[in-house]
Amino acid sequence: MTTALSIRSLKKVYSNGFEALKGIDLDVEEGDFFALLGPNGAGKSTTISVICSLALKSEGAIRIFEHDIDDDFSAAKKCIGIVPQEFNFNQFEKVYDIVANQGGYFGLSRALSERRTEKYLKQLGLWDKRNDTSRSLSGGMKRRLMIARALIHEPKLLILDEPTAGVDIELRRSMWAFLKEINAQGTTIILTTHYLEEAESLCRNIAIIDKGEIVEHTSIKSLLQRLDKETLIFDLKNELKTPPVFEKCESTLIDNFTLEVVVSKEHSLNYVFGCLNEQDIQVTSMRNKSNRLEELFISLVEKDKG
Amino acid sequence: MTFQEQWIALSTIIRKEIVRFMRIWVQTLIPPVITITLYFIIFGKLIGSRIGEMGGFSYVEFVVPGLIMMSIITNSYGNVVSSFFSVKFQKSIEEVLVSPTPNYIILFGYVFGGVIRGLLVGIIVTAVSLFFTTLTINNLPVTISIVILTSIVFSLAGFLNALFARSFDDISIIPTFVLTPLTYLGGVFYSIKLLPEFWQGVSQLNPVLYMVNAFRYGILGVSDINITSAFIGVMAFIVILSCACLYLLSHGTRLRA
Repeated sequence: MTTALSIRSLKKVYSNGFEALKGIDLDVEEGDFFALLGPNGAGKSTTISVICSLALKSEGAIRIFEHDIDDDFSAAKKCIGIVPQEFNFNQFEKVYDIVANQGGYFGLSRALSERRTEKYLKQLGLWDKRNDTSRSLSGGMKRRLMIARALIHEPKLLILDEPTAGVDIELRRSMWAFLKEINAQGTTIILTTHYLEEAESLCRNIAIIDKGEIVEHTSIKSLLQRLDKETLIFDLKNELKTPPVFEKCESTLIDNFTLEVVVSKEHSLNYVFGCLNEQDIQVTSMRNKSNRLEELFISLVEKDKG
Repeated sequence: MTFQEQWIALSTIIRKEIVRFMRIWVQTLIPPVITITLYFIIFGKLIGSRIGEMGGFSYVEFVVPGLIMMSIITNSYGNVVSSFFSVKFQKSIEEVLVSPTPNYIILFGYVFGGVIRGLLVGIIVTAVSLFFTTLTINNLPVTISIVILTSIVFSLAGFLNALFARSFDDISIIPTFVLTPLTYLGGVFYSIKLLPEFWQGVSQLNPVLYMVNAFRYGILGVSDINITSAFIGVMAFIVILSCACLYLLSHGTRLRA
C-alpha cells in the first residue's frame, strides 16, 4: 500500500524562537481515516500548515504520495486538499466563484471547474447559496464551503483542521456521513479535532501530539485496548441513601438516583450487574462518564506533563 | 504544472481581479475620473488659460498627457496594493498558496490586474479630456508602450508595498508620502525647463518624470528628457522590482509563517 503522507524529522522554529515541532515522524497510509489529536498549542495546526506549505519548515522531509514537497511541489500539492481551522476566503466573493476559482489555481479548465463546483455545492447543500457572498453564510455553511473548495481538484489526501468546531450536532453528523463516504471512495483523510468522540467514531488510526512531539502513534483499536478502567454512570430507578458495596470496584453516589462505578479491565460488567442485582438495585440506564478516548488522551498528555 | 495549467491559473487570477474592481466600480473607476475632470477644469481651463503656452502648446494641451499618466500610475498602484493586501488580511491568499500555482504566476496575475485597471482608467480619462482639448497622437508605439510599461512598474511597486504591509496604514503611507510627491513633482503640471538648473538636476532623479515625459512625447512630440533613457530606466525598474517581488515570494516573506 502507498504511503499517503510521510513525515521525517520535521522541525519548525518560528521567527520568535518558539520551537513548535521538535523533529516529528509520521506515516499515514493511503485510504486511512487518521486523527491527529493534541491539546491547544501542541503543534497540530503547525504540522498541517507545513504540509500545505502555508508555513516553511525549519528541517525535515515531507512526502505526499511519494512526491517530495520541496523537489516535486506541484505534484505534491495536487494531491492535497486543505480545510483550515479559520475561515480564509474573501468575504465579498460569491460562493460559486470561490469554489470555481480554486479549480483554476489547480489548473482545471473553467468548464471542468464549473462542473465540479456544481457537483460539490449540491452535495454539501450550498447550491441555493451559490450567488450569495460568503459573508452572508452561517458558520456551518462556511465550513461546508471550505470543504467544497478543498475537494474541487479531487485530492487524494484531504486534511481537515477542526472541521466541526462550532457546528451544531445535526450538521456535524451529516458532515461525518459525508466524510465517511468520500473516505470509502478512496480519499485518505487526516482530521484534527477536539471532539474525541468524533475521532473515535470516524478514524482508524491516530497520532497524539503534545509540545511539538508525537507521544502516541497507533490504531484507535489498540489504543482503546490499553484502557485499564472505565467509569460508568448508572441512573437508578429507586432512591439510594448510601452507595452499594462492590468488593472489586469503587462506587460513589453522585446523588440519590445516580451511581458512579469505576470498573477495571479485569472485571466484567456482568460482575457489576450481579452485585447490583444482589442488592436489589434497579438500573434504568447506563453510560460512560466520559468518552473512552478522552480518558486515554488525558492520561497520555498528563503523563507527558509529569 | 504544465504550461496550459499555468495559463489557466494566471487567467483565473486576472479574471478575479477584473471582477473585483468592476464589482466596486463606484470606488475604483469613478473617483479618478472626477478628480481628473476637476484638474482639467481648474488647471486646464480656469488657471491654464491665464498661464499661456508651455513647451509650445496651450497649457491644457500640455497638462493632459501628464494627468492621464498620473491617473494610470495611481490606479495601477492602488489596485494591486489594496487587492493583494486585502487577500493577505482576509487570509484568502492561502487559496493560492496551497495550490501548485508558481510564485511568478501569482505575481503576473496581480500585476496584470493592476495594468488592466490602470489602462481602463487611462482610457476613460482620455475620453473625458476630449471635452477640454483635442488630442493628436504624435507617436503611437511610444504612447502605448510607455503606458503599459509604466503601469507594470507601479503595479509591481504596489505588490511590493502590499507584501510588506502589516496594516491598512502601511498601504497608505507610500502613496501619501512617496507616490503623490513624486507624481506632482514629476513634470505633470510643468516643464522642468522652468526650474533653476539645480532643481532640474534634482528632478532628473525622479523616475515619474521620465514616464510622464515619454508619454507626453508620444502625444505631443515634446519632452524634457531623452526618450531612450526613459525606456531604459522604466525597463530597469521592471526588472529590479520583479526580482525583488519574486525573491520575497519565494522566501514567503510576510506570507508564510
